[in-house]
Amino acid sequence: MYDIKALYEAESVEDAIKLRLEHPDAQILAGGSDVLVQIREGKRAGKELISIYMLDELRGVSLDSDGAIRIGSLTSFSHITKNEIIKKYINVLGEAVDMVGSPQIRNIGTIGGNTCNGVTSADSASTLYAFDALIELTGSNKKRVIPIPDFYIWAGKVDIKPDEIQTAIIIPKEKYEGYHGHYIKYAMRNALDITTTGCSVNVKLSEDKKTFIDVRIAYGVAGPVPMRAKTAENFIKGKEVSEEVALQFSKEVLDDIKPRDSWRASKALRQHIACELAYRALKEAVKLSGGEM
Amino acid sequence: MAQYKLVRCTINGKEVEQMVDVRASLTDMLRNDYRMTSVKKGCEVGECGACNVLIDGECFNSCIYLAVWADGKHIRTLEGLMGENGELSDIQQAFIDETAVQCGFCTPGVIMSAVEILESGRDYTDDELRKLLSGHLCRCTGYENILKAVRKTLDKRLGKI
Amino acid sequence: MVVGKSIPRLDAFDKVTGRTKYTDDLCDKSAYVAKILHSTIAHGKVKSIDISKAQEIDGVVKIVTCFDVPKNYFPTAGHPWSTDESHQDVADRLLLTDTVRFYGDDIAAVVAQNEVVASKALSAMKVEYEEYPFVLDAIEAMSDTAPLIHENFKNNILGHSRQSVGNFEEAIKEEGLIKFDNWYDTPTVQHCHIENHICYASEENGRITVVTSTQIPHIVRRVVGQALGIDWGKIRVVKPYIGGGFGNKQDVLYEPLCAYLSTVVGGRLVKLDSSREETFVTQRVRHAIKSHIITYARKDGTFVARKLEMFSNQGAYASHGHSIAAKGMGCFRQLYPCPNVEAECYTVFTNRPVAGAMRGYGIPQAMFAVESQIDDIAKGLGMTPLEIRQKNLMPVGYKDDFSKNVNYFDSFNQCIEKGKAYIEYDKKLDEYKNQSGNIRRGVGMAVFWYNTAVWPISLESSSSRMVLNQDGSIQLQLGETEIGQGADTAFAQMAADAVGLSVDKVNVISCQDTDVTPFGTGAYASRQTYVGGLTIKQTGELLKGRILSYAQKLSEIDAEKLDIVDNNIIKKDDNTVVMSVAQLALTALYSLTDSEHITAESTYQIKSNAYSFGCCFAEVEVDIRACKVKLLDIINVHDCGKLINPALAEAQVHGGMSMGIGYALSEQEIFDEKTGKTLNNNLLDYKLSTFMDHPHLEAQFVENAEPTSAFGTKALGEPPACPVAPAIRNAVLHATGVAINRVPLTPHVLFEEFTNSGLI
Repeated sequence: MYDIKALYEAESVEDAIKLRLEHPDAQILAGGSDVLVQIREGKRAGKELISIYMLDELRGVSLDSDGAIRIGSLTSFSHITKNEIIKKYINVLGEAVDMVGSPQIRNIGTIGGNTCNGVTSADSASTLYAFDALIELTGSNKKRVIPIPDFYIWAGKVDIKPDEIQTAIIIPKEKYEGYHGHYIKYAMRNALDITTTGCSVNVKLSEDKKTFIDVRIAYGVAGPVPMRAKTAENFIKGKEVSEEVALQFSKEVLDDIKPRDSWRASKALRQHIACELAYRALKEAVKLSGGEM
Repeated sequence: MAQYKLVRCTINGKEVEQMVDVRASLTDMLRNDYRMTSVKKGCEVGECGACNVLIDGECFNSCIYLAVWADGKHIRTLEGLMGENGELSDIQQAFIDETAVQCGFCTPGVIMSAVEILESGRDYTDDELRKLLSGHLCRCTGYENILKAVRKTLDKRLGKI
Repeated sequence: MVVGKSIPRLDAFDKVTGRTKYTDDLCDKSAYVAKILHSTIAHGKVKSIDISKAQEIDGVVKIVTCFDVPKNYFPTAGHPWSTDESHQDVADRLLLTDTVRFYGDDIAAVVAQNEVVASKALSAMKVEYEEYPFVLDAIEAMSDTAPLIHENFKNNILGHSRQSVGNFEEAIKEEGLIKFDNWYDTPTVQHCHIENHICYASEENGRITVVTSTQIPHIVRRVVGQALGIDWGKIRVVKPYIGGGFGNKQDVLYEPLCAYLSTVVGGRLVKLDSSREETFVTQRVRHAIKSHIITYARKDGTFVARKLEMFSNQGAYASHGHSIAAKGMGCFRQLYPCPNVEAECYTVFTNRPVAGAMRGYGIPQAMFAVESQIDDIAKGLGMTPLEIRQKNLMPVGYKDDFSKNVNYFDSFNQCIEKGKAYIEYDKKLDEYKNQSGNIRRGVGMAVFWYNTAVWPISLESSSSRMVLNQDGSIQLQLGETEIGQGADTAFAQMAADAVGLSVDKVNVISCQDTDVTPFGTGAYASRQTYVGGLTIKQTGELLKGRILSYAQKLSEIDAEKLDIVDNNIIKKDDNTVVMSVAQLALTALYSLTDSEHITAESTYQIKSNAYSFGCCFAEVEVDIRACKVKLLDIINVHDCGKLINPALAEAQVHGGMSMGIGYALSEQEIFDEKTGKTLNNNLLDYKLSTFMDHPHLEAQFVENAEPTSAFGTKALGEPPACPVAPAIRNAVLHATGVAINRVPLTPHVLFEEFTNSGLI
């Protein structure tokens, strides 16, 4: 049994917003795979909870009229992986969230919960960064749509106003069209693990597949929140597709990332792995794009 | 004062309802209110898979699933697999035949994951099976005979053996 | 005959239907819930505990602190008790302690209406400490400046022993010897049985009943008595099915505290259910051991003189103590007999979680050191790992003076042959010789030695009872326990053959209840099939004798001329059936003239022990820049004598190999240097292998019948975990040329080692 002061179950998005205003100290509960664990640890024990888990209106993936991919915040990881739109346009996201924890966790865990947690190790986040995803927040009077880097304020802190809940994650068409991506989760074992360092790369090659038109690379656990490695991105744009460029690109990321020492991994190991992942993810993304190195 | 909510659901096909403490996990509800003792507690934070049950056909760690969320859902536990006349399901028999059971504490959860896999009607490689079963920790078997039991049952259902 | 056949486990049906009842499934829901307050410092004194706030919480029944409990010091090791005071286990535990010796020590407990209230009460308690410096490393703990953890143990040394053969100092003067001087380090790991430890207690008719998830019910009864200061007969311990033990539950854990808490609430039912987080910290772990080995060898690979020093990290309390390091040291001298050996080992208190028994009992640590150095020597001398072993390994006919164990067969070579063939060792040894890329493969191997049971260090006896039922079936009871390994099934098979019944006529009473179960010390030392087999055979013969005596009365045929085969009493000379055992049993119980309850019970005093042998071969692929080792293939080959149930034996080996793989590659408890706190005490951060971290596990056997054993069998429970880590380590050495002298081979370690050796 969990130490919960009171549980409020939202019946609609409007209801959830109303409940938030009525119970400003309450914690939002999506799938619960993080929040419930924290309650048990004592970190969030004795608090009020607003459960939005039953809001089916926030589930599912759809294509907006402008071609943007819209992922309802309560869509579970496993449903993202199995979704045909995701598979067709941004398969890398489906692959990335298929590396979260275990099958059971991927059935309960939601992409909204994963991002609202504000943790740097979230397997969805680096790929969403790499696609310049937008976060949709619904409040009492209006909707806000903000770029994902603006959503993440600091470790564990995201930009949600007291009357808002996150309702969707949007990937604009121009951010995915023509791009191919690859995500590598580096962890200590092959399942049931949190990411030591995660790296998501997507690339757009020239028609002849010889030149990098655009490359976006994002990391998890390279700093307090997920991040892009802009120096590396700027370096590679317009360069030829080659082994040397890929190697140099992988070293450039060191100018951007800020991993720290912790008992989970040393800074030196994380830096080494970050470079290695940049190289490997880029190479794989090039391959997916039909290029050769 | 404790807060209660009426939870109506089906458990192994039977319609049930019960006033449930909103603080209860689904593990608590299944074990305490319905005596479904196959639902085991191994970590209570969703890491070991011992409390795994099927909810509307998908696997969930019932320890990190609020009991109140079960309202309106179809829940299946290991207790529901045996036939009316006491006949074992193929996957249960395979666990016996392949010596996939030792201490037995992870067994109910793993079998329920196997049920989800088998009911998908698809074929999988061994690596895919390992991934689909990877939400279960077992210290006795090294997973070897569990994999064999699932593989053989799958092959039989697909008419491969 | 059913011994040697792979019959299904007796408990398999119930386990696949979810019917099997474990401790928590049996506990009445009306039970009070107890929770323990653990210290948040590693070393010091509890000055005060303010419980006033906690007591006000609605639903709190009782709070007990370290200042309230009786001062009966008790030991916890699941060893047979010694009536000789000088050989008794160290009694250094109290139910709750005001002297804190590790981060997580038990200082108070709360009994409450439910778990939420109990947790709230714990957070509401305020503790004031006087803090002392602490020490986490065994060698540092031995220095004169280290904080003293137990008053009576100078330099924190719990145990120190030496062995000496020949003259090391003289021997090393020989010209031309090559010296190998290496340190090897193994980590603190935990058993991780999926069922955490749980027990519940209540009073009935002035006696305390404790139902507990344990491997050693009769030992638990003794220790509960010692801890509470009450007569042992006033305590009843019941052991239902358990969700694994692996040695952690070969210690008395929270049974004494739970029993005590019941007594302070008027004998009401109290349940103490450990969390996974507690399991990692407040129960038992495997001893982390640092080993220093010096070997002087001739160029041809002959060992001339060897020296071993072992430093075993005991953690905060004695538990199984020095026995582990001593067992590890014992293998050094015996596995590679050498004319000049000096060995010594220290077991040292530190402010870490308490180390106790864990599958392998010192041998996985010793094998990592010994078998790693063998490969280092082979490399240094330009020999193959097999050449150096075959030159120096324990020869056939070797007899140990102390245990009287004899190496009767050429088990090592027979096992090695099978392992080699499976993994294609010779071919791959050559094929992987000169690799230069980022991805490199290697093969490695290691052997192991294991003593079955504990004679002559400790008492070895086992008792069994057989009762004949009306239908010619029997009940079988032993003090030895089913802990998931399949003991009950093996016992049934042996009993069936001993009496002459089919196995379906043997009803094993799986649950031990110290009020009714014959005395036996339980599951440890890979002893149960060996010692259980001896008592089963003896009791079976007694029972058979009584059945045949009764048959003589009914048939007027001399009992000497009768036998029991396939549930029938037959005449030995022509095999004709005289009557069925069922007919006899019915008559015996309901006869109007001569009714008899036919039963037999006996104790077998075991004064022997047996070597169990085997090896592991592993093939790995190392991704150097990713700092990862992928295990591609692995095989264990065991000579554990005759197999009672081959399928169950194979399954045992899989589980041990899995534990060995975790030991080699990923498992390790991590401690905060600043506070002594265990940082990764959960199943997410402690990296137990998952389904996706294993290749196929191959288990094979060599079956040389053990002459000292009733059914030709010997140790198999623990051995599979012993050779795996060094085999994998040696495979990485073969792949990369880097000799890594510590496990687990995590990316952290590989990154350092590959950086230092210039590979990255």
